Amino acid sequence: MTAGRLDRLGTYVVLGAFSVLAIYPVLSILFLALHKKTDLVTGFALPTHLDLSSFKAAWTEGHFATGFKSSFIVAATVTAVSAVLSVGTGYAFGTMRFVGDRVVFPIILLGIIFPYEATVIPLYYDFQNVPLLHWNLLNTYWALILPQIGQSVAFGTFWMRAFFKSVPRSLIEAARIDGATSFGVLWRVLLPQAMPAVMTMSVLVFVYTWNEFLLALVLVSGSQSHQTAPLGLSFFAGAARAGDPTKVAAAAVLVALPILFVYLFLQRHFVRGMLGGAIKE
Amino acid sequence: MVSRRRRGKRGRGHAPGDPRNIGWLYVLPGLLFYLLFTLGPLLHTVYYSLFSWDGLTAKTWVGLANYSEAVHDSVLRAAFLHSAILIVFYAVLPVSVGLLLTAALTRTAIRGFRFFRTTLFLPQLIAGVVIAQAWSWVYDAQGPLNRFLQLVGLGSLVRPWLGDFTWALPSIGVIGTWVTFGLCMVLFVAGVQKIPIELYDAARVDGAGAVREFFAVTLPGLRNEVLVAFVLTTINALRNFDIIYNTTAGGPGNTTIVPSMYMYQNAFLFNRVGYAAAIATLLALAIFILAAIMLRIGDRPEDR
Repeated sequence: MTAGRLDRLGTYVVLGAFSVLAIYPVLSILFLALHKKTDLVTGFALPTHLDLSSFKAAWTEGHFATGFKSSFIVAATVTAVSAVLSVGTGYAFGTMRFVGDRVVFPIILLGIIFPYEATVIPLYYDFQNVPLLHWNLLNTYWALILPQIGQSVAFGTFWMRAFFKSVPRSLIEAARIDGATSFGVLWRVLLPQAMPAVMTMSVLVFVYTWNEFLLALVLVSGSQSHQTAPLGLSFFAGAARAGDPTKVAAAAVLVALPILFVYLFLQRHFVRGMLGGAIKE
Repeated sequence: MVSRRRRGKRGRGHAPGDPRNIGWLYVLPGLLFYLLFTLGPLLHTVYYSLFSWDGLTAKTWVGLANYSEAVHDSVLRAAFLHSAILIVFYAVLPVSVGLLLTAALTRTAIRGFRFFRTTLFLPQLIAGVVIAQAWSWVYDAQGPLNRFLQLVGLGSLVRPWLGDFTWALPSIGVIGTWVTFGLCMVLFVAGVQKIPIELYDAARVDGAGAVREFFAVTLPGLRNEVLVAFVLTTINALRNFDIIYNTTAGGPGNTTIVPSMYMYQNAFLFNRVGYAAAIATLLALAIFILAAIMLRIGDRPEDR
C-alpha cells in the first residue's frame, strides 16, 4: 500500500488538468463575449471590465427572445408528452406480458441507436403536405415536436422499463389482490416511487431537445418566429462572425445558459441518466 | 444492452400464467408516435432511395441505381473515410485516454470527485452549435490556440486551423475528443470503484505490477463501461452533423465532408432527394452494423 500523498497529489493534478481542458473552450468564449467590439481581442485576453453590451446586442439582433420562446415551447412539450407516454410503455413492458411484447420491445429499442438524421428527408416532404390530411406543418412547432416525441419515447421506454422491472413483484401483486386495477397499481403504487426515474428521464430529454439542431434547420428554417435558439445562433453566427466575433460569442453563451442552469441544479439527474442509462441494460 | 440475451429465456419475472393484453393499452400511444414519426420515416427514406427525384416533379423509379452511383462516388467514399478517421478521435482516443487516466488514478476515494465530475461532464451537455462557436474561436487566426503557439515559440505552426486543407479534419476530430473524453473518464472512474478491492489485493499478493494489474483486474472489470463508451462514441462520430455544419460545412473543398453533411447537401441544396435518401440509408446501415458488431464482441458469454 504505497498510495501515499504523492500518489494522491498525482491524482488531483491529473483530474485538475483535464478539468481545465474540459472547461477552457467554454471559458474562452465567455471571455470573448465580455469584450466590446472595439477591443482588439486576441488569444487569452481576460476582459478588463465587465461589458455586457455584446449580450444586449446579440439578444436583439439575433432574435433570441423568439428563439428562446420556441425552444422552450418545443422542449417542454416534448418532455411532458414523452414522459407520460414512456411511463405507459415502460409500465407495460416492465410488468406485464402480452401478445407480441417480445417483438415490439426490440423494435422500439432500435430507436435508441438509430440515426434520426436518416429521417429528416421524408419528414420534410411529409410535413409539407401531410398524407390524407393535406396540412402543411413545415415551419410550425408541430414539425419539431412530433418527431422528437417519437425519438424520446424510444429512450424513455428503455429507461422506464428498467425502473418498473426493478420494483419488487410482491408490491404489485399485493395491490392486485386488494383489487386494484392495472391503472390503480400504476397511479397509486408505482408512480410515487417512479418520480426520481421520471425526473432523470425528463432532464435528459429536455436537454437533448433544447440542443437539437438538424430538425430545426430542415423543418422550421423558413419561419423566423418558429426558429429555435440553436438555429438562431447558427444563422446569427453565419451572418455576424466576420463582423463582430464578440457578439457571436455572446449569443453562444446565451444559448448555452439555460442548459447550464439546469445542469447546475439537476446535475445529479444528468450524470445518473448518462451513466445509469448506459450501464443498466 | 449487454446481458439481455442471458436473461431473455427465463421469462422476465412474471407471475406464472398471467398474460395481460391490457398491456397494449399502455404501449399503443407511445408506439404510435414512434412508428409514425421515427421508424416510419426511416423506412420511407429507404423507399425514397429507390427513386430519382428532385423533390418537385414526379419521382422516377430507378431501382438500385442510386446505390451503384454511391459505390462509385468519390465524395461519398471520402465522407465515409472521414467518418472512420473521426471514429479514432471520437471513440478510440477518448476511451484510451480515459482508461489510461483511470489506471493512473489511485483507487483511494477521491475527495471532491463530484466537482471534477461536474466539470469533466460539461462538454456533454452543451449544444453542438455552441461548441462549434467556441472552437471556431479557439482555432481562429487570432484565437487562443495560435496565440499559445506563438508564446511557446512554435509560431511557424500558426494557421487558421479550420480553413486548412490538411488540418481541418484533425481539428474537427479534436473537438470530438474534447466532447467525449470527460464522459469516458467519469464512466470508468465510477466503474473502477465497483471492482471488488479483493481482486486488487490478490493481484498484488501474486506480485503483479501496475501494468499487469491493469490488464488482469481493471480492464476486465470495466468491460461493460468500455463497451458502452465505444458504442455511444462511435455512433456519435458517425452521426456528426451539428459541429461540422457550424464550423467548416464540409470544407475547405470536401476535406471535412461526412455522410450526414453530404446527405443534407444532396437533399436540400442539390435537389437530389433520391440519392440523399440512399446516403441516409447507407449511414443508418453502417451504424447498425457497427453497433451490432460491438455488442456481439462485448456479449461473450464466458464471464460473469
